[in-house]
Amino acid sequence: MLSAIWETEGLQTVGIVVLVFASIKLLHLLGLISFSEDSVEDELELSTVRHRPEGLEQLEAQTSFSRKELQILYRGFKNECPSGVVNEETFKDIYAQFFPQGDASTYAHFLFNAFDTDHNGSVSFEDFVMGLSILLRGTIQEKLNWAFNLYDINKDGYITKEEMLDIMKAIYDMMGKCTYPVLREETPRQHVEVFFQKMDKNKDGVVTIDEFIDCCQNDENIMRSMHLFENVL
Amino acid sequence: MATAAWLPFARAAAIGWMPVANCPMPVSPMDNSKRQDELIILNVSGRRFQTWRTTLDRYPDTLLGSSEKDFFYNEDIKEYFFDRDPDAFRSILNFYRTGKLHYPRQQCISAYDEELIFFGIIPEIIGDCCYEEYKDRKRENIERLQDDQEENKDMKLPHMNFRETMWRAFENPHTSTMALVFYYVTGFFIAISVITNVVETVPCGSTANQKDMPCGERYTVAFFCMDTACVMIFTVEYLMRLFAAPSRYLFMRSVMSIIDVVAILPYYIGLVMSNNEDVSGAFVTLRVFRVFRIFKFSRHSQGLRILGYTLKSCASELGFLLFSLTMAIIIFATVMFYAEKGSSSTKFTSIPASFWYTIVTMTTLGYGDMVPKTIAGKIFGSICSLSGVLVIALPVPVIVSNFSRIYHQNQRADKRRAQKKARLARIRISKSGSTNTFLHNKRNGLLNEMLELTDTEEDEQKRTKSTSLLQSQHHHLLHCLEKTTAHEFVDEQMYEQNCLETVLQTYPSPSPSISSSVGTCCGRRVKKNTPLPNASLPSTYPVPSNQCPLQELSAIHIQCGDPSSHTASRSNLNLKTNESGRINCKGGRITTAIISLPSPPALTPDADGLRGPPQRRPLQPPGHPAALSIQTTTSSAGTNIVKVSAL
Repeated sequence: MLSAIWETEGLQTVGIVVLVFASIKLLHLLGLISFSEDSVEDELELSTVRHRPEGLEQLEAQTSFSRKELQILYRGFKNECPSGVVNEETFKDIYAQFFPQGDASTYAHFLFNAFDTDHNGSVSFEDFVMGLSILLRGTIQEKLNWAFNLYDINKDGYITKEEMLDIMKAIYDMMGKCTYPVLREETPRQHVEVFFQKMDKNKDGVVTIDEFIDCCQNDENIMRSMHLFENVL
Repeated sequence: MATAAWLPFARAAAIGWMPVANCPMPVSPMDNSKRQDELIILNVSGRRFQTWRTTLDRYPDTLLGSSEKDFFYNEDIKEYFFDRDPDAFRSILNFYRTGKLHYPRQQCISAYDEELIFFGIIPEIIGDCCYEEYKDRKRENIERLQDDQEENKDMKLPHMNFRETMWRAFENPHTSTMALVFYYVTGFFIAISVITNVVETVPCGSTANQKDMPCGERYTVAFFCMDTACVMIFTVEYLMRLFAAPSRYLFMRSVMSIIDVVAILPYYIGLVMSNNEDVSGAFVTLRVFRVFRIFKFSRHSQGLRILGYTLKSCASELGFLLFSLTMAIIIFATVMFYAEKGSSSTKFTSIPASFWYTIVTMTTLGYGDMVPKTIAGKIFGSICSLSGVLVIALPVPVIVSNFSRIYHQNQRADKRRAQKKARLARIRISKSGSTNTFLHNKRNGLLNEMLELTDTEEDEQKRTKSTSLLQSQHHHLLHCLEKTTAHEFVDEQMYEQNCLETVLQTYPSPSPSISSSVGTCCGRRVKKNTPLPNASLPSTYPVPSNQCPLQELSAIHIQCGDPSSHTASRSNLNLKTNESGRINCKGGRITTAIISLPSPPALTPDADGLRGPPQRRPLQPPGHPAALSIQTTTSSAGTNIVKVSAL
């Protein structure tokens, strides 16, 4: 008698529905199907890199800043980057605040690479202060060296036209769109040509460090402007 | 370690090992710096905290415990000065004192996090009493930030390949018209499919020799075609989504894809199995699954998604509800069965038969098809209905509050998204304000230099150093950038005018007045370049020989109106005219014209400078040499400027 009841369509339907749901649940339990659309995983937060700088005395010895100046620098540094290191994103944000009209991110990228002397992807306070020490208190030779290092993107000791073009485009990008006279496509390229004509003495298409320093030392304008920012701190 | 205070004790107690030691003991480290324990003053934004040095030394890998605090030492007042929030500092200092970090509940989570990062303390140290609260608030904050970031990602449109564009179109139908069309078409077909399923079973009028049959059996072909069409659309949609998904494996595991599959699978199974008689019963059952197509609407409706999410998050409450109901049903069914066993012709034939009565009574439905007849049965029946109300009423508020929380979260997210545009616009305006101050100060600075040139005493005193040192240094930086690139910053209006006038110069204009009047604005602009610190005024002006990139323009904007004050000749040191250097343009007439692009001829600079605003010689076609007179259109004529757009 039961079989007669079971053969009715209705119970068949119930049976099949229950079967399907059970299989789905089984698949879910097995982890093949996920029901959560946005899974809020309790993942371990990225451990923030924390860096403690060297002692004040050591930094004082290694750079040409006084104690007070180092304190001022550190306060400003730590305010922007409480964890003690700057990564490239933060660096770009900070730098872009000074050039609201244009796009400072490319140039900030090159600057970051110039400051990050050990190429570990972050600029610690020591890197920062060493760089500043050269730029503000260094000799002309050191400053020119630093500038050469900035232009030489792949750090192979030669500035090629492509590298210079990248740097030049980055600088012009910072000007933004609304300039007078209007920026054209070839302006950076022309500027690079002028630069190479001046610097590349043996016309081999690259500028070496000696050519660079030589030429800059012979140029009065450049020499004068190297002393421009000495009273920054 | 807080136990650092007990270290002397542990070391002293080591005397106990000495008699049994095998080898001689190592030399103990010398404590050269016999520093007395001293009080340290920590000045946090004016509030002075004092503590022992050894308290801070307990945690040497934090800012206060290491030599890093020397960076903040002020030798004049012999204090450590921190420019931070004194209220938050209290909990941080308490951490050093007690060894436990507490999270103050009224503090904002991100402010607290920043303080922790500043002082070099990892948040995991937060004590158990406050850790839950901290984690909850942190998760909420992260979700909110993620929401905002997703919005930003929607705005940015880097070059995406076809696949990514398709996926984005699927996920967010408002991105493009095609996506919107697709969205509505699929919605329409889902509705059609569901309606078809419903109408199939309605009895459709009978033919003469047959009884009433449902429409599905009468118009089999029509319904079959409709069904096929819907399933085609759904299959195509599913395959497209599968193709476009960034991670196909993840996509196949998601709920929506399962619903899609369950919606279209019965059709294909039906195609395969339709000839086999044995399983035709099951085939009919498969039709039930077609109703799942209605769940495909959850992609189209956010309310459905919220409901589903609520049910999912209240799964435990629902489970409890089900479990307690089952327990109660079994108890009461058993009691009713035995109570009613005695009475004759009773409907309570077995315990499973009483289940139906119990369910109907506990949910207060009361159909009345089964009623107890004995007194004991009636008593137990009433107890059953009262307890039913209680059992059901208990978990329901939990579910309701969950739903309300999720719903309000969504509302807030929507509101934030709507307000975001206004916020960003306001931020942009304030940012442009800062560039405007630079240009403003530049003009002031140039005027100051001009005053220096004229070297009058009174004028020097008029020069007010109104800008702060920081601002003037920032402006100096921007000025250096200008000098590096030999280009100057201008504001939007000037830029557009410059572009306009360079374009105008490439096209020979029918009436000279137009070009010359436009030339005045740029002419005036050119004049501003010339006051260099050295007093020699060059007679030629920097020629913008570069063509404006708008050369292949499709529209030129020329604005109507009278240029307000053109009377700024060089000898006139009236500051006001230089300041109001904008053309006050209002209105305009618009005509359309087709502009062909001639090759741009070179500009000839104006050689005469000192007589009023320099003009650009309007370019004339070679046949009109006589029109080379320089027209000094100063403030007078309301020159009509025409907006021309090329087709």
